[in-house]
Amino acid sequence: MTDAHTAGPFIAAIDQGTTSSRCIVFDKDGRIVAVDQKEHEQIFPKPGWVEHDAKEIWTNVQEVVDGAVSKAGITSADVKAIGITNQRETTLLWDKNTGEPVHNAIVWQDTRTAELCRELGRNVGQDRFRRETGLPLASYFAGPKIRWLLDNVDGLRERAEAGDILFGTMDSWVIWNLTGGVNGGVHVTDVTNASRTLLMNLHTMAWDDKILSSMDVPAAVLPEIRSSAEVYGEAASGALQGVPVASALGDQQAALFGQTCYAEGEAKSTYGTGTFLLMNTGDEPVNSYNGLLTTVGYQIGDNKPVYALEGAIAVTGSLVQWMRDQMGLISTAAEIETLALSVEDNGGAYFVPAFSGLFAPYWRDDARGVIAGLTRYVTKAHLARAVLEATAWQTREIVDAMTKDSGVELTALKVDGGMTSNNLLMQNLSDFLDAPVVRPLVAETTCLGAAYAAGLAVGFWPDTDALRANWRRAAEWTPQMDDDTRKREYKSWLKAVERTMGWIEEDSKE
Amino acid sequence: MARSIQSLERAAAVLRLLAGGERRLGLSEIASALDLAKGTAHGLLRTLQQEGFVEQEPVSGRYQLGAELLRLGNSYLDVHELRARALPWTDDLARSSGEAVFLGVLHQQGVLIVHHVFRPDDSRQVLEIGAMRPLHSTALGKVLSAYDPVAHSEALDAGMEQLTSRTLTDAAEFEKELDLTRARGWAGDVEETWDGVASIAAPIHDRRRMPVGAVALTGAVERVCSDAGNAELRADLVAAVRDCARAVARDLGADRF
Ligand SMILES: Nc1ncnc2c1ncn2[C@@H]1O[C@H](COP(=O)(O)OP(=O)(O)OP(=O)(O)O)[C@@H](O)[C@H]1O
Ligand SMILES: [Mg+2]
Repeated sequence: MTDAHTAGPFIAAIDQGTTSSRCIVFDKDGRIVAVDQKEHEQIFPKPGWVEHDAKEIWTNVQEVVDGAVSKAGITSADVKAIGITNQRETTLLWDKNTGEPVHNAIVWQDTRTAELCRELGRNVGQDRFRRETGLPLASYFAGPKIRWLLDNVDGLRERAEAGDILFGTMDSWVIWNLTGGVNGGVHVTDVTNASRTLLMNLHTMAWDDKILSSMDVPAAVLPEIRSSAEVYGEAASGALQGVPVASALGDQQAALFGQTCYAEGEAKSTYGTGTFLLMNTGDEPVNSYNGLLTTVGYQIGDNKPVYALEGAIAVTGSLVQWMRDQMGLISTAAEIETLALSVEDNGGAYFVPAFSGLFAPYWRDDARGVIAGLTRYVTKAHLARAVLEATAWQTREIVDAMTKDSGVELTALKVDGGMTSNNLLMQNLSDFLDAPVVRPLVAETTCLGAAYAAGLAVGFWPDTDALRANWRRAAEWTPQMDDDTRKREYKSWLKAVERTMGWIEEDSKE
Repeated sequence: MARSIQSLERAAAVLRLLAGGERRLGLSEIASALDLAKGTAHGLLRTLQQEGFVEQEPVSGRYQLGAELLRLGNSYLDVHELRARALPWTDDLARSSGEAVFLGVLHQQGVLIVHHVFRPDDSRQVLEIGAMRPLHSTALGKVLSAYDPVAHSEALDAGMEQLTSRTLTDAAEFEKELDLTRARGWAGDVEETWDGVASIAAPIHDRRRMPVGAVALTGAVERVCSDAGNAELRADLVAAVRDCARAVARDLGADRF
């Protein structure tokens, strides 16, 4: 997309995602100048376990940064800042003297800590740390993953207590390496990533000593918690050597920022591997009584942190990938729409993809996937419909919870992410929500948000109003489903969800 | 009944034989199975190999079906894949031009809109995905008719209805317009479909130089044309549309051109 209209200077954003790492170079109008992207291996050592090779990820990050800069035909002198965004909760411990990971990174989807979480709940249960952290005790979050590593990697606890081991989510890993690694790399994380560990107190923005001792995690491994937009250090090598590293945000918070949801009540939903709906709740954390998470939205430099309510769905785009890779029913993700459009409806089938339990609003580790309503009549095309509808119904459940917790009625849903290129899905969403669905002009809002935050930190953009002016509507879907059909279908969906629960029984749990 | 061509018949027999199982076959096996002289069989196989329909294993020298056959069967590009690949580029075109952008493919006797990016001015607009447009009057339709022979004949069969005072309704004039489109690589529609609306379209080629669809920019004639008489389409917009089409083509794996 390089052409005469785009002139420097630029901001580079690194998105270290679940399936790939990418780097995008943006100009002042928020236009994409160049992109480079590389997938990494998904390692599945056992059912329910998901790991990444952190060394591979760091190599890929270096490659895509160099790739994007070279495709843009620019040099480090043209780039004012680097922004970082990342898959959240994915947990890594590494040796600070050698830079070597002590184990593969444990990915957010991994359920190996389900039993540990139950133990940690003691007699209180899932909500033991909710008041401090805004989160239920679930295998999704980082803290229990750290504990698992300390318990299961030989000799690790001693090394950690001796101060030789560093913990980080992928933001910390990328920033530490980018700023020099064993040669002076900075060990930091931002408030949004820290708010996903179950270890940070939402009200003080600091590690919570009580929880650390309950979870038996030594404070020595933890990074310093910083704001989402400030200069943490400079790139020590590569095509962007010397450029300030000036933002870090979890990918979903970055998308919230990229969608310019800067006012209380504004919300976005991102459709990628999973789906995450976040609503800005201003400078007060709002407690959820309906299975949502209370989390940090962003914090710009010395400003007050902005909080968000979040509805998290574990499996949406990855269900489409499953149809492609495991079932072989389609050859590209986009073909799911072609297959689905070959029939009129779902033929009575409902697909609840509780592959790693159910996230919001249920938080049930013991749930597993179900296809309900099967008859002899159902074809693969009906299943394709059911796959897309699963994403839309799961969104509906979260929107309902959001309305209850926030008291804000949704007037329109801002969407982004890879699945928004699916027209049928977007129409389903609008139909099931009975509200308009709006896609912005830049679908890469995750990278854009990281770029915006980094640009604010170095004065490339003056304020959030300037960023808001860049937002443009690219498409809008409006509801076309009648009320009766919507009610009937929702009821069937909820029945199917019920059938997923309690599949894993206490004593067979890992 | 017309006499059939013997060498084509024999080539077909070779392909059928090779398709018959997992096995790879040597030259003499093929020759004897089809009752051909070795030299004749070898000639057939060499030609089929040049066309990519047959491949020879380097070590054993045995023959098997070639990748080109697979490609023939799958050459059709899924329109949803086309939309997904085109999305970032069409977004960028809408942003840089300030106009609405469409992606169209041939469907029956018209153009099917498979992707639509709003004009980025926050005005109320309705998504037109799934709508049909005429082949003879729209820029998208002209591009498809100029590059795809099937679209060409559909355009003629559909009849050329007069939609505005500027619509081309004469077949000879339409042919001249398609020649012009091929010569310059893009097509225009200045108030030929709707009064007050102008459009510019360019073809999206796949790696075999087949047009898999077309991308168009559409807007008010005063903005899309450069002169007071509203006849000349703006050169910078033409360039932007063509850049977009090329970027999508590159993403689909077409060679750089
Ligand atoms: N047209 C489509 N229809 C349905 N699903 C799609 C379509 N295109 C992409 N997807 C799905 O969207 C996901 C990719 O989207 P995206 O790149 O936004 O993911 P992501 O979650 O950001 O990835 P990462 O975690 O690596 O950052 C994949 O799971 C893919 O199956
Ligand atoms: Mg992502």
